[in-house]
Amino acid sequence: MKNYQPDRYFYDFKFVELISICFLCKRNTNHATGKMNDKTLEKLKILADAAKYDVSCASSGTSRNNVPGGIGTAAGWGICHSFTPDGRCISLFKILLTNQCIYDCAYCSNRRSNDVKRTAFTAEELAELTIEFYRRNYIEGLFLSSGVMRNPDHTMEQMVRVVKLLREVHRFNGYIHMKTIPGASSELIAQAGVLADRMSVNLEIPSEQNLKLLAPEKDYPSVFAPMRFIQQGMLESAEDRKKFRSAPKFVPAGQSTQVIIGATPDSDKQILTLASALYKRPSFKRVYYSGYIPINTGDDRLPALAKPPLVRENRLYQADWLMRFYEFKASEIVNDAHPDLDLDIDPKMGWALRNPAFFPIDVNTAPYEMILRVPGIGVKSAKLILTSRRYGRLNSVQLKKMGVVMKRAQYFIVCRELPMQTVNELTPQYVRRQVSRTQKKQAAELLQYSIDWGE
Amino acid sequence: MILFTYDKTFDGLLSCVFFAYEKKKFPDRILSESDQKPLFVDEQYYVCTEKEKSGRVWKGLEKKLSKFAQNMMLSVWLSELPEAEMLLFRYIRKNIDHPQGIEMNFGDDDVLRIKDIAQKVANDARRLIQFVRFQETADGIWFAPVSPRYNVLSLIAPHFKSRYAGQPWIIYDTNRNIGLYYDTRSVAEVSFAQKDLPDLKTGGLDEEKLSGEEASFQEMWREYFKSITIKERINLKLQRQHMPRRYWKYLTEMQ
Repeated sequence: MKNYQPDRYFYDFKFVELISICFLCKRNTNHATGKMNDKTLEKLKILADAAKYDVSCASSGTSRNNVPGGIGTAAGWGICHSFTPDGRCISLFKILLTNQCIYDCAYCSNRRSNDVKRTAFTAEELAELTIEFYRRNYIEGLFLSSGVMRNPDHTMEQMVRVVKLLREVHRFNGYIHMKTIPGASSELIAQAGVLADRMSVNLEIPSEQNLKLLAPEKDYPSVFAPMRFIQQGMLESAEDRKKFRSAPKFVPAGQSTQVIIGATPDSDKQILTLASALYKRPSFKRVYYSGYIPINTGDDRLPALAKPPLVRENRLYQADWLMRFYEFKASEIVNDAHPDLDLDIDPKMGWALRNPAFFPIDVNTAPYEMILRVPGIGVKSAKLILTSRRYGRLNSVQLKKMGVVMKRAQYFIVCRELPMQTVNELTPQYVRRQVSRTQKKQAAELLQYSIDWGE
Repeated sequence: MILFTYDKTFDGLLSCVFFAYEKKKFPDRILSESDQKPLFVDEQYYVCTEKEKSGRVWKGLEKKLSKFAQNMMLSVWLSELPEAEMLLFRYIRKNIDHPQGIEMNFGDDDVLRIKDIAQKVANDARRLIQFVRFQETADGIWFAPVSPRYNVLSLIAPHFKSRYAGQPWIIYDTNRNIGLYYDTRSVAEVSFAQKDLPDLKTGGLDEEKLSGEEASFQEMWREYFKSITIKERINLKLQRQHMPRRYWKYLTEMQ
């Protein structure tokens, strides 16, 4: 809501009858055609296809107004402009500058030893394509990544050129997310940081020894060094801006990273501990989890998966949300006794069932942090409860209307009515049966009468 | 049953509030002149819209309500739902009668309903910002047909005005036959002649009305959309959840 600020009497538009102004005239035939030709289309196909495994596509974190003579704004809240048939959002024009690569990482589709068609955009081509897509409201901005050609510095230089063209020639003021090439020099990162909104370096594999195994040419220091440099730049720029308001912003939307799930035997505990350590850094906004999709078959360093681990990925995101918005510590979600997340129930429910002594919680008196811990109550409904209970005690019907999922919350709360049966009377095992995913699936299957024709 | 009739403007509704408190008559229904009247009406009043009176009511509300709640009320008004008038009337009345206002009492059905409708309207506006697709026409105007559920064009105008400050555009609501036209200086309301409407409703403009390169960029966008999809993860239900079918009509990539 806060994004729309209608003034008292809306906008006073003047009314124009627009029958003859446009559309009914014929096309201007001397219009120049064909800067973008079939070759561009071919490149676009190859390089978009090669870029698709990067999950990050957020465009949130900065807001910027238009500059006179320029194009574009950054909205501050992420805007998704489309959703592909896999249900993922298209917010940014996610593309590789080139899919040529000197590295040979086992999990990657662009690795040196793969026999795929290689191609590259020129900086001008890519900048123009971005602007044209942006004009049509297809995208929020550019997500620029690349394979490594020749060496990291050369690649980074080419990427900075694209972004510079966009910002300085096209006066593009929309969102730009840049991948940092591990091993690129800090001067180049400093140049990129002033131009981009968000930068990211992908960890890819959640432990160093497994990274060494799958990507022999990479190591953790080459990933963490640019991360540290970006953070340092951000903090310095924040300090400078306290003194001079006009000091340039450095990576204003912070940095993010991505880890691949299921390509290595790393446990969820390892992944979440790593993520929580990263979130402790002031510059870190997001860690993305990407379910491993077997692209390169016939490599015995990688597991043979029938399907990508989508449920596990989903549970990891839920745990990630718990750490970022619900004040959970990683050690509460996973520990040595439970190193992996339960795939049947969500991590918050899992925590609640391991700690029944924490419940029941009285929604009419408990503090915000405790209400947040109830399964079935989210940030929004917790806030609604907090403001509304000042006017009187709340009952379960009102809670339901506020968006509390009573199916899960009922075992953990008491409200105005006589206490319902809580997790303590019913035992955690019983509640688990009631809310678990597989149980529900099995029950649904039982209901479908299978007809055996005895053939 | 007490019935108020008014001229279907927001000022008119506020005037109704003023009238009710002045005459100590509180309506059970508020309708416009052209609406179907209920069968049994004990008293019926026609409320004249007076800017001075509506202004006083609004001033009173501004004192009690946050900017946030004020915007929610305007959003509910824009929803144009049949229940909107009485809902707003009850909400305003409750706020006037309560010493501090009841804006934060989401245990109250009307407050919650106002919030829900305002959220729906805001979602519709957000979806419009997401799914508007401009096409460059031969005379250099960027045209986008839309069909939002609620009357939200006025909410999205500032966004597009600042984002595409240098390009003239038209966003046209084909349901309500009204649109916004931005000529790189200011936004104006426009509407097309009735005979052009059927063509507009189909979405795509004729080839001859489009600029030279438009078709090739649309083709590129469709190819990009195809290439960026991960086949192993197809989840059409999730796609529809985020991007409901009713928006597909005007989406370049779904044609």
